[in-house]
Amino acid sequence: MAGSNENRVMKKNTNPWLEAWRRLLQSKIGIAGLVIIIFLILVALLAPVLAPYDPIKTNIIARYKAPSSEHLLGTDGLGRDILSRIIYGSRISLQVGLFSVALALLFGVGFGLLAGYYGGKLDMVIMRFMDIMLAFPSILLAIGIVAILGPQLKNAMIAIGIINVPRFARIVRSSVLSIKESEYISAARALGAGDLRIIFKHLLPNAMAPLIVQTTLSIATAILEAAALSFLGLGAQPPSPEWGAMLSDARSSLQKAPWVATFPGLAIIFGVLGFNLLGDGLRDALDPKMKNV
Amino acid sequence: MRKITLTTLIILVVMSVFVTGVMAQEQGGTLVFGRGGDTVGLDPIQVTDGESFKVTQQIYDTLVDYTPGTTEVEPALATDWEVSEDGLTWTFNLREGVEFHDGNPFNAEAVKWNFDRWRLEDHPYHIGGEFTYYGYMFQGFPGIIQEVNVVDDLTVEFVLSEKQAPFLNNLAMVPFGIASPEAVKEHGEDYFKNPVGTGAYTLEEWRQGDRVILKANENYWRERAYLDEIVFRSIPDNSARFMELQSGTIDMMDGVSPEDVEAVESADELKLSLRPSMNVGYFAMNFNFEPFDDVRVRRAFNHAIDKQAIIDAFYAGLAEPAKNPMPPSIWGYNDDIEPYEYNPEKAKELLAEAGYEDGFEFDLWYLPVPRPYIPQGKFIGQAIQSYLSEIGVTANLVTYDWSTYLDKTEHQEAPTYMLGWTGDNGDPDNFLYVLLDKTNSNNAYESEELHEVLVEAQKTMDQETRVELYMEAQEIIHKDAPWVPLVHSTPPIALKSNVENYVPNPTGTEKLHRVWLAE
Amino acid sequence: MINYIIKRLLALIPILIGVAVIVFLIVHLIPGDPAQTMLGERATDEALQRLREQMGLNDPLPVQFWRYVKDLLRGDLGRSIMSNNPVSAELSQRFPATLELSFFAMVFAVVVGIPAGIFASVNQNSWFDNLSMLVALIGVSMPIFWLGLMFIWLFAVELGWFPPSSRIGVGLDFTPITNLYVIDSIIQLNFSALKDILHHLVLPAVALGTIPMAIIARMTRSSMLEVLRKDFIRTAYAKGLKRKIVIFKHALKNAMVPIITVVGLQFGVLLGGAVMTETIFSWPGLGKYLVDAIYARDFPIVQGGILFFAGVFVIVNLIVDLSYALVDPRIQYE
Repeated sequence: MAGSNENRVMKKNTNPWLEAWRRLLQSKIGIAGLVIIIFLILVALLAPVLAPYDPIKTNIIARYKAPSSEHLLGTDGLGRDILSRIIYGSRISLQVGLFSVALALLFGVGFGLLAGYYGGKLDMVIMRFMDIMLAFPSILLAIGIVAILGPQLKNAMIAIGIINVPRFARIVRSSVLSIKESEYISAARALGAGDLRIIFKHLLPNAMAPLIVQTTLSIATAILEAAALSFLGLGAQPPSPEWGAMLSDARSSLQKAPWVATFPGLAIIFGVLGFNLLGDGLRDALDPKMKNV
Repeated sequence: MRKITLTTLIILVVMSVFVTGVMAQEQGGTLVFGRGGDTVGLDPIQVTDGESFKVTQQIYDTLVDYTPGTTEVEPALATDWEVSEDGLTWTFNLREGVEFHDGNPFNAEAVKWNFDRWRLEDHPYHIGGEFTYYGYMFQGFPGIIQEVNVVDDLTVEFVLSEKQAPFLNNLAMVPFGIASPEAVKEHGEDYFKNPVGTGAYTLEEWRQGDRVILKANENYWRERAYLDEIVFRSIPDNSARFMELQSGTIDMMDGVSPEDVEAVESADELKLSLRPSMNVGYFAMNFNFEPFDDVRVRRAFNHAIDKQAIIDAFYAGLAEPAKNPMPPSIWGYNDDIEPYEYNPEKAKELLAEAGYEDGFEFDLWYLPVPRPYIPQGKFIGQAIQSYLSEIGVTANLVTYDWSTYLDKTEHQEAPTYMLGWTGDNGDPDNFLYVLLDKTNSNNAYESEELHEVLVEAQKTMDQETRVELYMEAQEIIHKDAPWVPLVHSTPPIALKSNVENYVPNPTGTEKLHRVWLAE
Repeated sequence: MINYIIKRLLALIPILIGVAVIVFLIVHLIPGDPAQTMLGERATDEALQRLREQMGLNDPLPVQFWRYVKDLLRGDLGRSIMSNNPVSAELSQRFPATLELSFFAMVFAVVVGIPAGIFASVNQNSWFDNLSMLVALIGVSMPIFWLGLMFIWLFAVELGWFPPSSRIGVGLDFTPITNLYVIDSIIQLNFSALKDILHHLVLPAVALGTIPMAIIARMTRSSMLEVLRKDFIRTAYAKGLKRKIVIFKHALKNAMVPIITVVGLQFGVLLGGAVMTETIFSWPGLGKYLVDAIYARDFPIVQGGILFFAGVFVIVNLIVDLSYALVDPRIQYE
């Protein structure tokens, strides 16, 4: 421990991001997460090459075939190869995670900056609104939003994005508050820097570390939330091989064909685990204060 | 010869005594009925869902009833009736000596009070809900029932403002169960939790969201029910409910998932009962959306879908392919109609003829919830999508939650959609007019020709003329092909093998007072 | 302290008003209405119009909103459109089921999570530490509905150890009083019912409790590790105090604040997470009921139910804040 601290002092002048990257590569869980995510991305990109069958085409005479050499993970209620569907499903899950978190990030950071930087009434209004959103059971809020917009994957992503806004807003706001009054911001202002410049040059970079960690972890929860919505029939629509949607078809055949329910669930765990591991690794790497492993 | 007959007769009598002796074990026991949802309310006129009717039917009786297993009408609280020459005045003679569960007598006053409460919006007890089914079957408030008159203690007379051919059939519907006026007055808005009828069972306890417990009415005017107690348990998930049946914690269940039918059939301790079909599941094409205004395209779709394969895969074989919009169990069914056979080649030819040899793309709305006529909408939607891709057409699957789905199809927003219908009263009008007349159709099918036939049939009281008219109507519909009629399903009910004498009704719910449990 | 509580409770009011407004807007923005759901396939135009008129749904939205606010101010949540039951009655019927489930899920999470976290922290980098943290990581990465499905398949279908659904079996002489079945059966000294009720609770409670368990275990471990590195722990060891005493009396007490925070936050999460668990296990609770009410457009139920949920959620957070004082007397409330 002491050794690494000294190390940090010595390299004070090097790029902090490079330093963080180096630390990430030293953490076992961080690497594990990275490996899983890279694997997922490769699977998603190479899906047409990897998948043994068409993920969409139905074959109703081959329903509920147990795992065999022909269908490694069996077939579902419409005779489709589950392995092929899981492979293609990785595309959807990655897309959902990235898009909905990007949405949350955009609005969350915006609200957080506005609230933190301008303070006063604006701050109060924004943060009260965030409190109100947090007081909702998030899954019910998401269901309500999807019911308004219509059940489609796109709308599920929007709903997930919305329910994750407050978390980002809070992080950014508190980070802005912590340095807003600091001398170097005052100095920047005295030198004639405008609001925008201060925000993007000074405040935002300061919030970067917690934001990156939160983004990674939020991708994990977003994938879970999307799977839950699809499971309830509110997300991806058939014949899309979204992992949660695959599970929703599996309920009625739990007894007859448990493999239909088992494997998409394992795929979800695998994908979510990847982002959670990376998030943990990043937290350790970016925030030495929270470093406790 | 006569001697032998007499001997046979004696043997029969002895046997029947013997059999009755065995049957003595019938009395008693508790039946646990597993179902998909809780009862909404126990005031039958205020509810619209099968899970409520399933229970209210045990607590209440109607003036007339459906003979078990059919939609024929037989006497119940009314012993006999007559209708005037002009078809506007109906007179019912009521059963003597019937009492409500609270001890109050059932009589003409009580009947009048119930009907007045339902139909008159200024009645002091026209409260506690919207009286939906009354408005629906009798066309609003007060609707076509103009007067209800007490002739004497046991005779009541209905005066209608216009003829209604299925009037008697309507009165047999579960929502029109007769409640104790005193109980309604006592409980007001909370009557739905404190039901009092004349039926074979009384309410013992209702744990909302969980179960309803009924106890046999010792004073029932028919024979006392065999079962002492019936428990209706709500277990929303079909497969979870089936597991409960397998583990023996429930005795019977409806909403059996097609995936589980095989397991019921192969298990010694379980058996299957099939509800006679009075429904249709269909795939409709909206005339407002190109190219569905072209009859060749609609016929092409009719040729493109293999109904039998769908039935084998998603109904466990428990349905028959539909060629008409109404099921064969209903009188007036036109069996001479030659169905559009499954023939993708012919479908492609028709599309080419219509100028769509390269196909086209459109939205296909699939059912978001399991319904008796289409238990697995999502699967069937995908199957139809596949069949259509075979003829070069691309369907994008779309759905909404149930309420929105109905709202949007009602407003003709769906280019193509799956939907269905379960009959109310066993009359062809209840299918053809309600679903396909130009005033009702959701797919902008507005055939003047059909409208004339259907309206004429509504106003005709003569049965044979009506049959002819409905036969003709089905021909018109077949020619225009506004739908792909998919199936008439026979929804399966799974029971433990010791549950005896359960007779499912085509209407969807039935009385359980003749059901008994064997050892 | 009292002042602080009052202040916090007052701060609740604007939040709850905001929740009420948003809920109203959301449920009325959804297409379709209760008339549609009630009539189902039978929703002909004519019948719908009649029913909407009767229900007052044809009034302009502001009129409906004003009606809702007026009733709310009188403390009247209205009656369910579907069942005609007062909303408060529906909620008090169903909330205890959710509360009971969440409580036992929490018991599971705490009883397993905290000891596992402590044990892992004192044996840092041991096989137990690594294994339990791996399990915890998988736990937080798991879709709860999938876990429920697997539980049902394995423990109910294949092994038959536990019932797959519902709160209590049939044929037990049992009358609910508070609708907290465990408590009801204990008051009535009805132990056969109690046994059956607990038997029904196991699968859903463990399924619901798994994610919080994983989170609590991770939090306990990291919080403990931080404390164990502190000087006063070294001093305690140096004074020759027993390891057990150091860990439980000194370290754990100081590590408790973040653990309590997590437990409290998880309780709120649990109430929300109950939606999925109740769906899978056919548990007659409030979460599932509210989802059904959204679909049925039972406006009064959705409005009242979410308001209630939000209130509970905010109050739980308040209790969490207050409980810090019990653990750490240095914290002062102003």
